[in-house]
Amino acid sequence: MTVAGDAIRFEHVDYSTNGLHILKNVTGAISEGKITTLVGPSGAGKTTLFKLCNGLQSPDSGEIFIKDKPIGSYEPVELRRNVGMALQKATMISGSVRKNLELPLTLQGKELAEDSARELLKMVGLDKTDLQKKTKDLSGGQQQKLSIARTLVNQPDILLLDEITSSLDSVSRQDIEELIVNMNEQYGTTIVWITHNLQQALSIGDDTWVMMDGEVVETGESSFLRNPQNDRVKQFVRGEIE
Amino acid sequence: MSFLTLSISLLFVIIPLVLSKTLNLGLEKDTIIASVRSIIQLLVVGYVLQFVFNSENIIYIILMVLLMIAAATQNAHRKGAAIKGIIWKLIVTFTFVEVLTQTILLGLNITPATAQYIIPISGMVVGNSMVLSILFLNRFTSEIETHQDETELILSLGGTPKQAIHTQLIASIQASTIPTIESQKTIGLVQLPGMMSGQIIAGADPVQAVLFQLLVLFLLLTTAVVTSIMLGYLSYPTLFNQRMQLAGSAVERDE
Ligand SMILES: Nc1ncnc2c1ncn2[C@@H]1O[C@H](COP(=O)(O)OP(=O)(O)O)[C@@H](O)[C@H]1O
Ligand SMILES: [Mg+2]
Repeated sequence: MTVAGDAIRFEHVDYSTNGLHILKNVTGAISEGKITTLVGPSGAGKTTLFKLCNGLQSPDSGEIFIKDKPIGSYEPVELRRNVGMALQKATMISGSVRKNLELPLTLQGKELAEDSARELLKMVGLDKTDLQKKTKDLSGGQQQKLSIARTLVNQPDILLLDEITSSLDSVSRQDIEELIVNMNEQYGTTIVWITHNLQQALSIGDDTWVMMDGEVVETGESSFLRNPQNDRVKQFVRGEIE
Repeated sequence: MSFLTLSISLLFVIIPLVLSKTLNLGLEKDTIIASVRSIIQLLVVGYVLQFVFNSENIIYIILMVLLMIAAATQNAHRKGAAIKGIIWKLIVTFTFVEVLTQTILLGLNITPATAQYIIPISGMVVGNSMVLSILFLNRFTSEIETHQDETELILSLGGTPKQAIHTQLIASIQASTIPTIESQKTIGLVQLPGMMSGQIIAGADPVQAVLFQLLVLFLLLTTAVVTSIMLGYLSYPTLFNQRMQLAGSAVERDE
């Protein structure tokens, strides 16, 4: 048996933009093959942390390691295909469902076979959706599902999910949770999942990180959320900080 | 036309002055400044051109063209302040368009290699290239801002900067060149082109004037399309850094 290493490791990561100090001395490791949930009030810097892992931005100081190699040692394109990201704001490019779904392949000069396209849509619960339908005619929830499927096209080893169930009804939410847990179990995909829903963090996550004001304030096995040590985290789980 | 008739034509300046005064439009000062400036500037140009034409020296022609390119760059660069090194990109674009068009014109003997032809045509080419640059830069800067999410999406999925900006680049090239192409469809129906009118008034044969006008129109098609494409392809790489990230504060905004 091999001992799983770290999928992502942060060492004293600082990041500022437009004069705002957004991430402050972020340090810690995300274990390979696990589901880690990331919770914290809005504005804490969670989305920004994802953008750094996907290489859309670079830290001002400190270092991020992806599978024990400095993030800067990866080619940006290779890094971004391996560290997939689906953001809460499920941005669509104008055009059809199919065009959006196969975007990751179009960028490599390839096409997505019709069967694979249908398969992917089915996985996220969009099996009744016409591939030719314009994405602007989809509901927010449908766009969110499409955005998840699109991220899966690259078959990333590390999957960063940013509030991807926020505009879904509870049935769809459970379907997506099941899908992600399955991917984690079947393919060993490392999952980092930002969620507002503490119940979700408790039920799906192996580990949980709590971020506040750009800092990681408490980490551990998700069950610590039931009885946190840090006073601000206590307030947060009681719903006193939004 | 003599200086005497020109001074009589100042009546056309006095009419707006009187109207402005009576109706309190407050346009007097600007009207006077505009008139005085146009008299001085155009007379200076006229005498400079006369000097250059008489001297028939290639150095003066080149100097005039360089002056045009400098003035055009000066005018257009503010619109592209968000793009690093925009001044050089504009200079390269204007110079390329000018060299390309003159090479074809002179190389194929379409126009004679005299100052009388080279300078006015260069003026039209560089002037048009400048207008196109401003149209392009305006559109491109706003496209980048409004579609930043799409750009980041494509980058995040492993797209290259060129792929991430392609839609906005093409949209900006189209938007900036369409007016030039469209205006040619209705030309002559509503308004005679200024240059052709001038030639006809100066006594040229109308058909000759039309042929020459057509040459200029075709020339401006090339100018428009080449300017936008060249400026676009010179500009987009500076929006990204070595790590294929959107760089620079000009494209950042609050969420
Ligand atoms: N491009 C940007 N320019 C200015 N401020 C930004 C930018 N991106 C994020 N921020 C700010 O950084 C902070 C953290 O944002 P974000 O990472 O989106 O937090 P979270 O995802 O935890 O809600 C917020 O205060 C946000 O307004
Ligand atoms: Mg966020």
